[in-house]
Amino acid sequence: MFYIYCPHCEEHREEEEFHASGEAHIARPLDPDNCTDEEWAQFLYFRSNPRGIHHELWVHAVGCRKFFNITRDTQTYEIKEIYKIGQQPTVTAE
Amino acid sequence: MTQKNRLKTGGRIERGKPMKFSYNGRSYQGFEGDTLAAALLANGVDIVGRSFKYSRPRGIVAAGAEEPNAVLQLGATEATQVPNVRATQQELFDGLVAHATNGWPNAELDLMSYVGKVGGRMMPPGFYYKTFMYPQSLWETYEKFIRKAAGLGRSPLENDPDTYDHLNQHADVMIVGGGPAGLAAALQAARSGARVILADEQQEFGGALLHSKEQIDGRPATEWVTKVVEELRGYDNVLLLPRSTVNGYHDHNFLTIHERRTDHIADKAPANISRQRMHRVRAKWVVLATGAHERPLVFGNNDVPGCMLASAVSTYINRYAVVPGNELVLMTTNDHAYHCALDWANAGRKVVAIVDTRANPDGELVQRAKQQGLKVITGSAVIEVQGSKRVSGVSVAPISADGSRVTGSVERLSCDTVASSGGWSPAVHLSCHTGSRPEWRDDIIGFVPGKTVQKQLTAGALNGSYSLQACLEEGTKAGIDAAANAGFGDSAADVKAPQANAHREGKAMPLFHVPHTKPTSRAPKQFVDYQNDVTAAGIELATREGFESIEHVKRYTAMGFGTDQGKLGNINGMAIAAKSLNQTIPETGTTIFRPNYTPITFGAIAGRHCGELFDPKRYTPMHKWHLEQGAKFEDVGLWKRPWYFPKAGESMQEALNRECRATRESVGILDASTLGKIDIQGKDAREFLGRVYSNAWAKLAVGKCRYGLMCGEDGMVFDDGVTSCLAENHFIMTTTTGGAARVLEWLELYHQTEWPELEVYFNTVTDQWATMTISGPNSRKLLSELTDDIDLDRDTFKFMDWREGTVAGVPARVFRISFTGELSFEINVQANYGLHVWEKLFEQGEKYNITPYGTETMHILRAEKGFIIAGQDTDGSVHPYDLGMGWCVSNQKPFSFIGKRGMAREDCVKPNRKQLVGLKTKDPQKVIPEGSQAVNDPQQPLPMTMLGHVTSSYYSACLGHSIAMGFVRGGHDRMGETVYYPQADGSVIEAEICSPIFLDPKGERQNV
Amino acid sequence: MSELIVDKPAAEQPTVAVMNQVPQSGPRAESPLHHADLPTIARKGPQQGGVYLEELKLLGHLVLRGSTDNQAFMAGAEKVLGVALPGSLQSAEKGELSVRWLAPDEWLVIVPGARAFDLERELRAAMSGHYAIVNVSGGQTVLSLSGPKARDVLMKTTPYDVHDRNFPVGKVVTSVFAKTQAVIRRTGEQSWELVIRRSFADYAWLWLQDASAEYGLVVRS
Repeated sequence: MFYIYCPHCEEHREEEEFHASGEAHIARPLDPDNCTDEEWAQFLYFRSNPRGIHHELWVHAVGCRKFFNITRDTQTYEIKEIYKIGQQPTVTAE
Repeated sequence: MTQKNRLKTGGRIERGKPMKFSYNGRSYQGFEGDTLAAALLANGVDIVGRSFKYSRPRGIVAAGAEEPNAVLQLGATEATQVPNVRATQQELFDGLVAHATNGWPNAELDLMSYVGKVGGRMMPPGFYYKTFMYPQSLWETYEKFIRKAAGLGRSPLENDPDTYDHLNQHADVMIVGGGPAGLAAALQAARSGARVILADEQQEFGGALLHSKEQIDGRPATEWVTKVVEELRGYDNVLLLPRSTVNGYHDHNFLTIHERRTDHIADKAPANISRQRMHRVRAKWVVLATGAHERPLVFGNNDVPGCMLASAVSTYINRYAVVPGNELVLMTTNDHAYHCALDWANAGRKVVAIVDTRANPDGELVQRAKQQGLKVITGSAVIEVQGSKRVSGVSVAPISADGSRVTGSVERLSCDTVASSGGWSPAVHLSCHTGSRPEWRDDIIGFVPGKTVQKQLTAGALNGSYSLQACLEEGTKAGIDAAANAGFGDSAADVKAPQANAHREGKAMPLFHVPHTKPTSRAPKQFVDYQNDVTAAGIELATREGFESIEHVKRYTAMGFGTDQGKLGNINGMAIAAKSLNQTIPETGTTIFRPNYTPITFGAIAGRHCGELFDPKRYTPMHKWHLEQGAKFEDVGLWKRPWYFPKAGESMQEALNRECRATRESVGILDASTLGKIDIQGKDAREFLGRVYSNAWAKLAVGKCRYGLMCGEDGMVFDDGVTSCLAENHFIMTTTTGGAARVLEWLELYHQTEWPELEVYFNTVTDQWATMTISGPNSRKLLSELTDDIDLDRDTFKFMDWREGTVAGVPARVFRISFTGELSFEINVQANYGLHVWEKLFEQGEKYNITPYGTETMHILRAEKGFIIAGQDTDGSVHPYDLGMGWCVSNQKPFSFIGKRGMAREDCVKPNRKQLVGLKTKDPQKVIPEGSQAVNDPQQPLPMTMLGHVTSSYYSACLGHSIAMGFVRGGHDRMGETVYYPQADGSVIEAEICSPIFLDPKGERQNV
Repeated sequence: MSELIVDKPAAEQPTVAVMNQVPQSGPRAESPLHHADLPTIARKGPQQGGVYLEELKLLGHLVLRGSTDNQAFMAGAEKVLGVALPGSLQSAEKGELSVRWLAPDEWLVIVPGARAFDLERELRAAMSGHYAIVNVSGGQTVLSLSGPKARDVLMKTTPYDVHDRNFPVGKVVTSVFAKTQAVIRRTGEQSWELVIRRSFADYAWLWLQDASAEYGLVVRS
């Protein structure tokens, strides 16, 4: 059970209030029609699933309904930082 | 009913409050303050169960959570049966009824013991895998046998009359364990003003001090306990939780505490009081002061009743005034256990000998024992116990300095109790729950908590700090530090810890396996894990068979798998495995512990989320009416939707036939309030719709409605619905009932992460509107009688138009859309007026035989028209073209809408995909079961080539034959061809592929 | 009864459909807990207990959406409501009107039921730019929970920390409520208001009855 800081409510809240929405920074290609099947498949299906530092997209579903990013250690489950959509992480893997 | 082992004085029991209880059908008496185990020992009950594999009689070993044997079945009535209760943790109450669980037929006379005697060879380690896996067909038989023999207790056959609940707690400092370290920590944290929770599994705070004869600040330790607890009680910011086991330590300092609120009072909780409560705690900082468990020694026949932990013997004597025998032999590797012999002697019973495995013990306690005239045999060990149902004597022999072998002749001593101590194992369980691996320390001969990312401090015996002074000092410091870390008090404050009287202890000897004159495999059984009957020989065998990882040894031998989680046996077992593998203990490592620390009732886990409160039931504003009409309900998501409305004596199919006909012939009415509704406002609303729906929205005029398909980026359909243009920048979207929350989150996801520049707001209005659909040739007539301000003319209020006006006196939005293929009007009014309008429709519609229908008739009526239901006819693997709905895809839109690229992928455009078609059975009365697989050749040998499954299938009363939709490979090009649906019973249903539009293919009925 | 509202200059197309959803007279409204017949329980049930519960029914609920950067929106709201839109997790109150912060761009305004339509029109007249107002009066209800044990009931119900130190009077939090959700606002030392979705109202009622049982529940109406 994580304890997650919502950058919009500016408070820690229980994990029950949130949904995980997968890996962060998976931007939709700007010109999908000119993507090859391979490029589209990369966007659709391929995710990093690292051991260690991972950037994730979460939403404060039972709360302000806002999405935001979490940098989390997948081994220790430590949340290293929280940052808003459009921002870049400061904690990154080597 | 004499309590033959009860002392006349002493202990923390109330001799003035006797309590009757029964064990295995016999009546006994104990006192208030007893645990069930203490009361059983007071009454001289030696045997509390039979062992799992060998069916050997077993007695009480410990005095707390680590007890492996005295696991009993409690309950005076069938409904209040509770399995897996540790007698050492169950407080005695008047009228308590307990039974042994693993005696078959009873604990003292056990038929299994004959099997057990042979069982040494019959059930070696790994026996589950070796023996019982084959033949597989017999597994169920084996399982029953094993379950019964394993004595796991039984669950009640009647409903539990008690309630259980949850309480959410938040603390600045959560302290686990109310022994000296925990109390010292709590005191400092409490004084800082921090919000503190102190939990302890026992009924009283004090931990080991409750049976200790030590002094703090010059007074008996229990006086200090009383003083501290009194002070803590006085703080508003402190929550004291006795009888509360911290069972789980989860990520980010989340802890679950299992509080037993009434288990000490009676079989059944008083009215309106939950029997047990789960506290769900979020703590800023955690202080673990969980103490340590004494390690028993592993020697021959060390499971015979009368073999106990040295500290447990002291506990029973000092705390409960029970001496569990007459003649004691103590075997120890350390000084601390000498307390046991001293306590025994002070209680006036005979200490036969103290057998010290060390050659030259010389600590203060050793001296004291000698001064009291107790016989101390050094450099020796008890290598074997005699007796079967109770210890009758021991064999003592000198051993080598490293404890590896017997070095001299064997001497026999007569006794009835053998206490043993191999030192202490810090209770690292909770510290392991969050993934931290314990670390071995040679100096304390035990594992201590390892590195952690939790905001956690540890104090006392858990750190391997076994002296009382160290516990008090570490606790004091941890309390100050935890509070300071949480923002309270001053970490630099010079606070003096309470002072305990110190005594010098000699060095302990690491010994995990007492040698025997015979090799381990031939020696009498030397038990490591009592609960799962794992022996030293078994562990050695496992390593010989190639199990080198301690995790594998654990699984192969089942060591630590019992409900005691190996609290007593694991360290000995790992050490034996390490030695057998010629490794050090740190090299071998340890298995780690998982929640829960001790067994927890399902009731406490479920809390109040059971029965009526198991899950929310969502109701529409018209629900009461449906109930009164005797509707049968179907669960759709959390909603309760009317499924059908049977009349007296009607079968389901008869009701459906009637509902369908009434709708097609006159007018039916459906409560559609559960459909998801999303209000969309903003100047870019239209653009947004164009991006998330597969079809075009640019030209939808105000006053118009349009059906849309929503796809994922993979091109696959996941939801659908009608969206209406309320005003230029204002739309209302409908979604499937089950998809409402998901669609809203989907829209927000794209708005917030991809297209934040679009000016649009989404708000759920699902609950805002009561929605009722009247459908059928008479629906316009009916509506016209209830409105005077909506022009219902077929040419001005066209199909796929919406109008605002008044219906039955209530402001309404009326949408002329149809899911039945009939002339239909969907009336939306604010939910507060839903039932009023609904009832008016019935009053006015009586003459048209207005007929309520539920989801099943809705499904049939739409299937007759070939309309899909997202989630039933789609499964995440079909795109609009597969559904024959290419008309709902606009590839002309300038923006590459969600799904466009996905459905253009190579695999999505290849021929011969599974495509949705209609299916007409050759036998018009046969309804193909949904899920049936189509094949071309029913004679093809198995496995047949499967072409696709039936997604929707019904009997259509209006058409007089069955109808179905389903996927068939290349189905759109196979119109008129026949496919076959083999059934589980061997029959085959033959069907012709056809258009899924069975009724009114030109769509004339909805346009009247 | 209904009109299309013009966002800014009158020459532009009407952009949003605003609807008075409440009939002038006649049809009786049924609140989400109508079926529970709380008035009868209030009359016949216990009058003493640790927890008091009342449905504040048939109020006008408007959701306001807009950016705090949109001056016209913020100022328009303040002008019409008489109070500024409150910041994160805060609420504001003026007479019978209350405003709850729900999200950085979302507020809930609650007024007497008959006032919702006019208020929406006034707000729209006073605002411009990108914003939205949604009438949700029929979709939710307010439960007042008070009494010396109200906080204990909340502790059984929500994982959010309702302790005085974390949840002072005036604070508003949307959080988990048993297995649904609620907008929880502290209105006094011992009093709270919960905004519950209509379809979950019966569940919330059952839950609160059950959770209050050990303290004694007094229903008021």
